[in-house]
Amino acid sequence: MSTTIMENELETPAWPEWFDQGAAIQEYESTPQPTRKDESWRFANIAALSLDGFVPAPAVSNEGRLIVASAGMGKSAAKMIFANNALIHEDASRLPDGVVFVPLEVAARDHAALFKKYFMAQPVELGSHKYAALHKGRVTSGAFLYVPPDTEVALPVEIFHWVEGACSSVFPHTLIICGQNSQVTVVDRFQSADGLKAFACGVNDLHLAPGARLTYVAVQEWSRDSLAFHLNSTIVDRDAVCTSLTANLGGGTVRGESLSRLVGERARSEMYSINPVDGTREIDQRTLQDHVAPNATSDLLYLNALDDKARTIFAGLIKVQPGANGTDAYQKVRNLILSDEADPNSMPGLEILSDDVRCSHGATNGPVSEDELFYLQARGIPREAASRLIVNGFFNALLEKISDEELREYLMDLLARRLAVS
Amino acid sequence: MNTETKPDLNIDRSVGDFSYDVDYEFDAGLGLTERTIDYISDVKKDPDWIREFRKDALRKFESMPMPTHWASHDLDNIIFENIRYYLSQGTAPKRSWDDVPADVKRTFERLGIPEQERKFLAGVEAQFDSEAAYSNIKAAVGAQGVIFVGSTDGLQKHPEIFRKWFGKVIPTGDNKFSALNSAVFSGGSFIYIPPGVKVKHPLQAYFRINAENFGQFERTLIIADEGSEVMYMEGCTAPKFETSTLHSAVVELVALKGAKIQYITVQNWSANVFNLVTKRGLAHEDAEIKWIDCNIGSRLTMKYPGVIMKGRRARGEVISIALAGDGQHQDTGAKMVHAADDTTSNIVSKSISLGKGRSTYRGLVQIGRHLKGCRNNTECDALLINTESRTDTYPAITIRGKENASQHEASVSKINAEQIFYMQQRGIPKAAAMSLAVNGFVNDLVQQFPMEYSVELKRLIDLEMEGSVG
Repeated sequence: MSTTIMENELETPAWPEWFDQGAAIQEYESTPQPTRKDESWRFANIAALSLDGFVPAPAVSNEGRLIVASAGMGKSAAKMIFANNALIHEDASRLPDGVVFVPLEVAARDHAALFKKYFMAQPVELGSHKYAALHKGRVTSGAFLYVPPDTEVALPVEIFHWVEGACSSVFPHTLIICGQNSQVTVVDRFQSADGLKAFACGVNDLHLAPGARLTYVAVQEWSRDSLAFHLNSTIVDRDAVCTSLTANLGGGTVRGESLSRLVGERARSEMYSINPVDGTREIDQRTLQDHVAPNATSDLLYLNALDDKARTIFAGLIKVQPGANGTDAYQKVRNLILSDEADPNSMPGLEILSDDVRCSHGATNGPVSEDELFYLQARGIPREAASRLIVNGFFNALLEKISDEELREYLMDLLARRLAVS
Repeated sequence: MNTETKPDLNIDRSVGDFSYDVDYEFDAGLGLTERTIDYISDVKKDPDWIREFRKDALRKFESMPMPTHWASHDLDNIIFENIRYYLSQGTAPKRSWDDVPADVKRTFERLGIPEQERKFLAGVEAQFDSEAAYSNIKAAVGAQGVIFVGSTDGLQKHPEIFRKWFGKVIPTGDNKFSALNSAVFSGGSFIYIPPGVKVKHPLQAYFRINAENFGQFERTLIIADEGSEVMYMEGCTAPKFETSTLHSAVVELVALKGAKIQYITVQNWSANVFNLVTKRGLAHEDAEIKWIDCNIGSRLTMKYPGVIMKGRRARGEVISIALAGDGQHQDTGAKMVHAADDTTSNIVSKSISLGKGRSTYRGLVQIGRHLKGCRNNTECDALLINTESRTDTYPAITIRGKENASQHEASVSKINAEQIFYMQQRGIPKAAAMSLAVNGFVNDLVQQFPMEYSVELKRLIDLEMEGSVG
């Protein structure tokens, strides 16, 4: 299996001196390939991680087409579009004063202190540190969003990452820093321009200062045989609330890691994911709810619907550190099994080192309810369509948790189209 | 409740007044080599196939790494060269009841252990004086054709049954410690229940009078033939005099068509013991295997009783209570492997962590592809008593097939302050109130234990709680 990955064709930006991409690549190459013996890779299909055959992403053929295809929600506060690692469009004109929404390399130059403090500041702890090093060594751009204290961005900020070309490799990056008592919603989209096989290795880091409110939605629609890593960390300070939703609507082999660290009192992190998985696709998700500060809350709900020979792995951990009294943490994974060949694996974990806590987790597996199917069939809906409607409803129950009505409707519409029920 | 006395169950067994000079007739010496195996096989007059079985197991043991990529690194503190792998005394040891420390005697009293059993448990007698009771049971079950002997007797006198199932449920190389046990096993029970026989009395391990019975590397094999039923109980709630620091048992159960086996364990090891046990049952069509497991004490216990449901409508169940005292780690759980249609399993685990104690639930549930009608239910609840107490839950669940279902739930909580307040208001001292609350937490499981065990268990929880509430 190849462990090296080709140079990027794009010119490397003038990163600050402390950010040594060569060292990152060395770290990537010297870090051993994961094996199933590693607890953080248990059940994973290691063979699918081969990077053999992936090539540098060329410049895209038609930027205009992709800009048109990035219509998104229609109404947004700002938009940035990347295609094959390059920024092809940006519009930040409707943002309130003081909000910084610039490409990563511009932030590194013009907001050097912020960039240095937050860029990949949180080490990747859930197994993919090797691929985080690869990302670090190859990243050329990305979205940098800083919302100053007491600033509210009313409309969502939209970010698009496109990949085009056979076996192209992309390294999308999103860094969001929310100042004290600020508020913002970000929709991060990952899409294939041509449905060809691709490799994506992305990082998205979210930092919330005290009292901040962030809703972050990642919609992953890579092609059906693409390999993707999406590594996330979310640091939530006192009284801040982060709601993050990951929708894996596409991808072939997808490894997602989400770490939420609650570092201030009464911080709250909501971690949601919807995963309709079919064919031979594999969605491998690892999560950590790390309660460092007392009286913080976290709520995780991951929903998988598995059809055909799909595989899912959910490995979650609630960790309550000593002294994090008053923690209230919840973690649940639900697998809806639609075929006999599907293979859902669940490892919901708890590590509780403090006694004054309320922690629980659950994992359920089961088929679509026969009663529900019967009800719909009795009303003339064919069984197969009825099943898809039920799956749609299964996921919609989670999307209801998104408070922004237009965003919620938009996501429900995306999902309905994915499930062919609209 | 009298809160004046606070007996410490984790007595230091190394203190001078509680160590005995015992002349062992057979001692394989320190360390483990092929020569050790030959020594054991010679003493036990093993047939050749067992000698070979042991040697093969030794090779596997030596080649397997410690499972510390998922298990506690405390395992690295086991020094295999410093362990005696075979000890047995031909005659009863000469120890005096007067040598037993007062706090141990007091503990026995508090637990309500019968007089004769106390001496046995304190290591004063290699066998306690209940020959009559034992003989009665033996006569009663013997008449039905039940075989209930030591594992050595089993393999020598009943090779036709023994050999067919021995090492089949738990292969030698299942894990490093099952390999170790397979190399040096001695003691344990061999039980065979003929077809259709329903044994009325629970068969109790410590009724079988044998110094080897509580051996470090006991090996138990129970076969319940078609339509038979048996309940087996091992251990007891009292702390047991113990000098060895590594216990590694292997227990295999085979329930043939329609048979039922209940295996009840209550163990309370001293705080220096590594207790690393592999227990698994094979349930054929319509058979039922139920593990009821209570783990108290030890430095580190690793034990995950399992059931492989091989035949249609087979059922597996694990009921587990773990109490991790200060400095102890109870790493327990269950494994349920569904390998036939319409099989069902249930796991209920409750753990309590005191002081710096740590309790871990580790579970595995597997429902294979192309099966239908399989169900698993898992519930794990953990109670934390002190601020430094710790609990972990690490289940792994793989459910394939769209006509199967499972649910897993776990929760962690501390003792409800309102309950304690309510009881204190009514004049119940805090320690007693805490005990009541803990007993309430495990009450529904304790009721599944046979009467005498559940009574002892409740008293034991009271005792453990006393030392931990300030």
